[in-house]
Amino acid sequence: MLDIVLMGLNHKTAPVTLRECLAFSEDETSAALKVFRESPAISEAMLISTCNRVEVLMATRDTSNAADTVKVFFSEFKDLPVSEFEKSLYIHEGDDAVRHVFRVASSLDSMVVGEPQILGQIKAAYQIATLKKTSGVLLNKLLHRTFFVAKRVRNETGIGDHAVSISYAAIELGRKIFGTFEGKKVLLIGAGEMAELAVEHLIRNRAGDILVANRTFKNGVELAKRFNGQAIRFEEITGFLEHADIIISSTGSPDYVVTRGQVKGIIRRRRNRPLFFIDIAVPRDIDPEINRLTNSYVYDIDDLKGIIDENIEDRNREAIKGERIVDEAVISFRQWFESLDVIPTIVELRNKMEDIAKGEIKKTLQTQKHFSDDDRKAISRMTNAMINKILHDPTLLLKSNGHHQNKSVYLDVTRKLFKLDE
Amino acid sequence: MEIFIFIVIIFYLLSTIGYFAYLFLQKNVFQQTGFYLLVAGFCCHTAGIGYRLIQSGHFPVNNLHEVLSIAGWTVAGVFLVFQYRFQLKILGVYAAPLVSFVMVIAAKFPNAPGQMNNILNNLWLVVHVVAVFIGEASFALACGVGLLYLLQEHAIKSKKHGFFFRRLPSLELLDTTGYACILTGFAMLTFGLITGFVYAKAVWGRFWSWDPKEIWSGITWLLYAALLHQRLTVGWRGRRAAIMAIIGFAIILFTFLGVNFLLQGHHGEFTKL
Repeated sequence: MLDIVLMGLNHKTAPVTLRECLAFSEDETSAALKVFRESPAISEAMLISTCNRVEVLMATRDTSNAADTVKVFFSEFKDLPVSEFEKSLYIHEGDDAVRHVFRVASSLDSMVVGEPQILGQIKAAYQIATLKKTSGVLLNKLLHRTFFVAKRVRNETGIGDHAVSISYAAIELGRKIFGTFEGKKVLLIGAGEMAELAVEHLIRNRAGDILVANRTFKNGVELAKRFNGQAIRFEEITGFLEHADIIISSTGSPDYVVTRGQVKGIIRRRRNRPLFFIDIAVPRDIDPEINRLTNSYVYDIDDLKGIIDENIEDRNREAIKGERIVDEAVISFRQWFESLDVIPTIVELRNKMEDIAKGEIKKTLQTQKHFSDDDRKAISRMTNAMINKILHDPTLLLKSNGHHQNKSVYLDVTRKLFKLDE
Repeated sequence: MEIFIFIVIIFYLLSTIGYFAYLFLQKNVFQQTGFYLLVAGFCCHTAGIGYRLIQSGHFPVNNLHEVLSIAGWTVAGVFLVFQYRFQLKILGVYAAPLVSFVMVIAAKFPNAPGQMNNILNNLWLVVHVVAVFIGEASFALACGVGLLYLLQEHAIKSKKHGFFFRRLPSLELLDTTGYACILTGFAMLTFGLITGFVYAKAVWGRFWSWDPKEIWSGITWLLYAALLHQRLTVGWRGRRAAIMAIIGFAIILFTFLGVNFLLQGHHGEFTKL
């Protein structure tokens, strides 16, 4: 019988150095699938490779053989001794494999729970498998179920809600203040990866003019060019506070770059329009006292981290709902999978009976030479009728849908009683 | 007639439940249900008032029951308009219970038809009453929006993002909606006062008679005028505007009810029991 097997490693079992070594590009994936297709142990296969995981999903009759094939292939293809990565590998079979695929696609197994990219990555991996014709009845059904489950988890739980990165958290906050960023002026003080990322998010959300202030004017000009903005001198910050709406600060300055006095002076000139300070610097750039002024909001890096922690907790809570959806889906997939088992078992059972009958008829007829052709036909008709009558009740029982729980047990017993697996 | 009020209250209460379900469960379907229930209640309410109008032949502001009923009706109507225009869905959590509350109170008072009062048949008077009620309903909503603004601002300032932070919209939307409410309310109140003056001139021969309600209405008008003036000149917005909207509505409540019960004047008979 074909079984679904998943083998691989992820961010929980393997360090990034190892994951890097085993990562497969699109072309490499195609090459791998070609090898798997030619292997007698593997009936169907697909390969998922992202920065956090490398996994092979297979349908096979011989799990250990298939697993060895994949290990050897990894080792040869990536020029890495099997012992280097063997300990990081996990192998799931049957329901466990199905559950794992559902969880991965629903982003329940991700480093950041609820991150949305993984589903797209699995879709891409599946597409390669269909192109290379390494997916068959089992994987096709499994993957379509997977996409359905992932969609359900995303729609029915909040695992994708609320930001879990500093820059996104800042943007989400800004939305609660401004509603929309359209036409809002952004002032970037200093430079830094997180600050620049936040500016890029804002630009994507159609923010207005971008101003860049840097102690070294030349650096400011370069950065401004990147954002299609305007560079200003560090000393001009006070004047521009009147026009800016969102101030992102990330300098190495030991003192406050913007003080309460500076802001208090311009609030009236700004006609009380809200000001949002995002302070990513350590030590802080923005005087926290500014938060107490009307229509001014200051968030420093710790505040933002606090929000993220809350959001992550939220996502983990929602993930429990997601697990429940996955569990349901695993059960319903097993039912389908078992119904797939029934037909071949019945066919094999009938074949075995017919083989026995044929053999016995042949033996009998050889000794009874005086039988006419009509007699011979009558005997063969009789044995066929007997086979039908004998198999009638067992077939009905196996085909019935009333007892899913026990179906696998019945199938197992049937196969063992009649030694169908040999 | 009683049955009308009963049905209307049921609709408003169901709408309140819908909006609270939306507040807690965050499913849009509850908000929509709440909205449509409120629309249904409002339609029944309109029918009831229309029936009353045809039956008695004058605008039904004869006793406290009718006055409160009209007040609830205008708040519901103005809310529906603002909801349609600004999509401030969460405001229903304030408006629906407010309307329900007003209607329940109204139902508590007897609805005995007062003696026929010919002064109620004047067009100026009807316009006066309707304009003032719409104005005050807008101010009631401005007060609700102001409360929501303060809640949301507190969440952002204190950096404790609890229950309300996720459920309330942006400060900007709350502020502009509140401003629109006050602008509408102010325009309607001004119009209401002017028609009131015209009517007073026609009936009593003078524009202004130092009636307590007139005085307090004048104070209300001045307060909102000051608020709008400050907004236009120095950009009073956000927290201060929200607080002023709440104070303004408190004064309106006093003008609307307090004056009638505590002080004497020619508006008194509209709220007699």
